[in-house]
Amino acid sequence: MSTGKSRRERMSGNEAVAYAIRQVDPDVMPAFPITPSTEIPQMVSSYIANGEVSTEFIPVESEHSAMSAAIGSEAAGARTMTATSSAGLALMWEELLLAASNRLPIVLTLVNRTLSGPININCDHSDGMGARDTGWIQIYSENNQEAYDNYIQAFPIAEAAGVHLPVMVCQDGFITSHAVENIELLEDEDVKMFVGDYDPEEFLLNPGSPVSVGPYSVSSYAMEAKKLQEEAMEHAREAVLAVAERFEELSGRKYGFFEEYRTDDADYIMLIMGSAAGTAKAAVDELREQGKKAGVLKLRVFRPFPEKELAQALANCKAAAIMDRCESYNGNCGPLGMEVPAGLYRNKIQIETVNYIYGLAGRDFTTDHVKEIFAELEEIADGKREPVQHRYIGLRG
Amino acid sequence: MQGTLELRWHGRGGQGAKTAALLLADVAFKTGQYVQGFPEYGPERMGAPITAFNRISPEPIRVHSNIYRPDYVIVVDETLLHTVHVTEGLKEEGAIIINTPKTEEEIRPLLRGYKGRVVTIDARAISERTLGKNFPNTPMLAAAVAVCRVMDKQAFIDDMEASFRHKFAKKPEVIEGNMLALQQAFEAVE
Repeated sequence: MSTGKSRRERMSGNEAVAYAIRQVDPDVMPAFPITPSTEIPQMVSSYIANGEVSTEFIPVESEHSAMSAAIGSEAAGARTMTATSSAGLALMWEELLLAASNRLPIVLTLVNRTLSGPININCDHSDGMGARDTGWIQIYSENNQEAYDNYIQAFPIAEAAGVHLPVMVCQDGFITSHAVENIELLEDEDVKMFVGDYDPEEFLLNPGSPVSVGPYSVSSYAMEAKKLQEEAMEHAREAVLAVAERFEELSGRKYGFFEEYRTDDADYIMLIMGSAAGTAKAAVDELREQGKKAGVLKLRVFRPFPEKELAQALANCKAAAIMDRCESYNGNCGPLGMEVPAGLYRNKIQIETVNYIYGLAGRDFTTDHVKEIFAELEEIADGKREPVQHRYIGLRG
Repeated sequence: MQGTLELRWHGRGGQGAKTAALLLADVAFKTGQYVQGFPEYGPERMGAPITAFNRISPEPIRVHSNIYRPDYVIVVDETLLHTVHVTEGLKEEGAIIINTPKTEEEIRPLLRGYKGRVVTIDARAISERTLGKNFPNTPMLAAAVAVCRVMDKQAFIDDMEASFRHKFAKKPEVIEGNMLALQQAFEAVE
């Protein structure tokens, strides 16, 4: 039985994740520091030094080694996590693919920061989006509360039977990682009970049932392995929802693939991820006071991509802004700008969409930007403006 | 957002403006309000202009952007008045609090036409008197709490004393000076 208790606190997004790590008490954390996620391994190191967790910290010489050590440790049967940002995730790239294809339920907390260049430490989603085809489940957080809640849910999702995939829990670098805000914390024993003990069916350090991890596979078998990995990502849909339901029972906070904010009767919807979703909601409240039927669809689970559900959620609006905090340099659109319209097409839903690129390398995104976008959507729906499919917002004037 | 108090801090790297903003979030939280405290991050350089922000509200805060139309501005280093447009967007019914030995009349010409309330406080002198060093952020925090009416004086003083006792558990000798700095700053602007 859970205690049903929670505690009001205030802390930054990084502190919230470190606090969740302390409560989960994973077996192993290999990590290499990089701004703006550095505080997480730093705080966990303090917890270890103070004897508050039994986690084994492995200081490594690079992120390539951090993910390699995480793979070795998880394969050995230990619950393993790490943290990184930006170039750190890029340096892990080869190993990210190995973690997923070897079906190792590692949890990585990604504090989103742009990729070079120009070299810059601030937030955008190019690091996470760059890893979108590596086979990791990806969950994005609006604030410190969601970073904390998503982190706790990540373990049972990753370790669910039929899933066995690594999970990346993302939050916006500095914007939430370094902002002190209110938060509701769960009791240690409730978190421990929620994530449970890690009890893998197969693992390397199990002499009774020897297995081999990561061997060469000839063409006559390798494609089946890849298909099974794809099926695991399909299974992750159910796991995400089942874990969210269980989490709601524990915390009272509701999660799904996405959050729909004032979309029921909305003519215009902004689809957005991360901290900017909160800014969008505040602007929508102002627009509603002026009688504008605006709504926000905040995508939480980017992988597996909830294509059908998203398409249905957008079906009844006149026009949607699809917001990417990442450029794909494909001469066409950002990542969401590609996948969301593809889902609309497949589901035979015809609405106007505009793909906006915003907030690159920490460019501030304000309620004024949100209102400007909704005004454009209205003009497009009224036939007063031609939709431009790939548009930047917030550039210097 | 209605009912939300928005504050913007201007300081120079190393003066503790960011720490003051985080401490303000901390004390406001303890009054039962919703808070945000965050700096604008970039390369960290001692002496370079920095900005930090606070939102304080009875309702949950969802906006995650910088603050462009603050109710209050706090300037930890008066030399910034020459290079940074500190009153930009500042509401006339709000106030600007400046760390300076100068008077309001002397400082107003540097405020680019701002017509609202100007509060001057010699945080450097208070700090040097009470702490023996120039740590302007402690008195500026007290001035911000007093002028923005975040909470009443006694609650603030009691709360800060508890924080200092925790923070300086291994350096209890600095607690008294910090408490004096807060008291004197609060009284200077009351």
